[in-house]
Amino acid sequence: MIEIRVHGRGGQGAVTSTELLALAAINEGKYAQAFPSFGPERRGAPVMAFTRISDKPIRTREMVYTPDIVVVLDPTLLQIVDVTTGLKKDGIVILNTSKDEKTIRKTFGIKAKLATIDATDIAMRNLGLPITNTTLLGSLIKACDVIKLKSIEAPLQKRFGRIAEKNWNALKEAYSKTPNIQ
Amino acid sequence: MAKKIGIEVSLAVSEAVRAADVDLIAAYPITPQTHIVEHLSELVADGKLDAEFVPVESEHTAMSLCIGSSAAGARTYTATSSQGLALMHEILYIAPALRMPIVMTLANRSLSGPISIWNDHSDVMTERDSCWIQTFAENGQEAFDLTLHAFKVAEHPDVLLPVMVNLDGFTLSHVVEPIEMMTQAEAKKYLKPYKPKLTLDTKHPITMGGVGLPAVYTEAKKQYETAITASKKVIIDEWKEFGKLYGRHYKPIETYKTKGAEIVLMTMGSISETAMTAVDGMRDKGISVGLMRFRLWRPFPLQEFQRAVKGIKTLAVVDRAISYGSQGGPVYMEVKSALYNQKERPQIFGFVAGLGGRDVTTDTFEEIVTKATRYAKKGKGPVYEMIGVREK
Repeated sequence: MIEIRVHGRGGQGAVTSTELLALAAINEGKYAQAFPSFGPERRGAPVMAFTRISDKPIRTREMVYTPDIVVVLDPTLLQIVDVTTGLKKDGIVILNTSKDEKTIRKTFGIKAKLATIDATDIAMRNLGLPITNTTLLGSLIKACDVIKLKSIEAPLQKRFGRIAEKNWNALKEAYSKTPNIQ
Repeated sequence: MAKKIGIEVSLAVSEAVRAADVDLIAAYPITPQTHIVEHLSELVADGKLDAEFVPVESEHTAMSLCIGSSAAGARTYTATSSQGLALMHEILYIAPALRMPIVMTLANRSLSGPISIWNDHSDVMTERDSCWIQTFAENGQEAFDLTLHAFKVAEHPDVLLPVMVNLDGFTLSHVVEPIEMMTQAEAKKYLKPYKPKLTLDTKHPITMGGVGLPAVYTEAKKQYETAITASKKVIIDEWKEFGKLYGRHYKPIETYKTKGAEIVLMTMGSISETAMTAVDGMRDKGISVGLMRFRLWRPFPLQEFQRAVKGIKTLAVVDRAISYGSQGGPVYMEVKSALYNQKERPQIFGFVAGLGGRDVTTDTFEEIVTKATRYAKKGKGPVYEMIGVREK
């Protein structure tokens, strides 16, 4: 079972990204679960959302405490949240930042495997909005092989309708710009 | 069978209500409501469900309207949570008294205060004695299936009582997971159109909801009690029928690795899945532990429970609600009283966990099993115990 934790701020689509990921995995015939950290919905406040993906039925309802993968939608979260809390040994961090990997590691002391991507830039060019949830899905899929790229297209289409294509383009651009670091 | 699709459990429940082809939905669509009625309003607005959707001004009115609708012979549904259920309280007791086969989903959420919208069972436990049939879903598939079953049981001529399907708020209601859905046509194999026995009809006037003078009140109460007790047979039969048609089998009590177990956990609702994982983990460490869970809470499956605990030496009951100033949680007290007159009975220890959204983890269950094992060895434990209280 792979456990994923997405850090974002209220309104940035952390919950949506975990749901899209679960829907894509289920479409592949896998078992998956997506759920938010339950709280009052406040725009801008730090939030978390989770996905579990497994080949076997998932029999747990507890929060994700020891993720295999952490995705960070908003770089400013690094200053207030330890996003690597509970991260498994060999765990992976996927981070939206305009800074390079070395600077990030030095500033925040991140020792885990790390993939950085300037998702805000990609999102601004493709969507005209600094909403990076779908963009970072592209990085996640490329960096960790959790699902196939084409599996995310149908859930994305269903969720976003007429703006699905822009999101799909942003996602694909992030996919092409992210290394596989598994 | 149909392929499993990924869907939020609340939306799956809405789809089950759609598959049941309801005639009327009454709901107060604001917190603590879930996405269930939001999606139903979409289905009605989009013409995908031929029903009346009435957004009323309060839950008190929602239940009042449900009773009126059901009395007119319509298949009737509502959903609520926590404070919403509390506001329904006055009218809830009228529905079984008038023998109205209303179905309600209760996404279990805590009652204030302090102000809370998170998951526990404090809402449903306040309505334990309301004469509503009450079932508890463990996962999204069960939430879907129990919803169809609820209509079938409620409308059965030998039952005619309202049914409340409980599913944990957030930890189940807000989770996207794979669920096998059913269309109206597929559901119709199981759930036939509702044919009411008596309806409000101006051409054939009858009285519903008359006064119960002291000369008849006791007899009326006796009838409700007889009806809900007798409903157990239909509930079980209809689960069997459901299993035959769709291949998913349900019964009032589920057991997991209880055979030969020295200690057995008792749960209700979605924490049972986490509990199974905890049982597997403890079994790997050589601890002889199993799990039992109630799917049916009202009518209480007394004989099934007494049979199921035969040979079990220690029971650790996990409640998600508290009965202040008494002896712990409602399930614990009920379980103890169900076994008191048995010649052989296990030692029973009560724990309250997961109040107001506090996460219930595999560690929680390990802590409970460790404590109950210790108390069992001593032959004595506390009256009951709250787990995970931060006291510093």
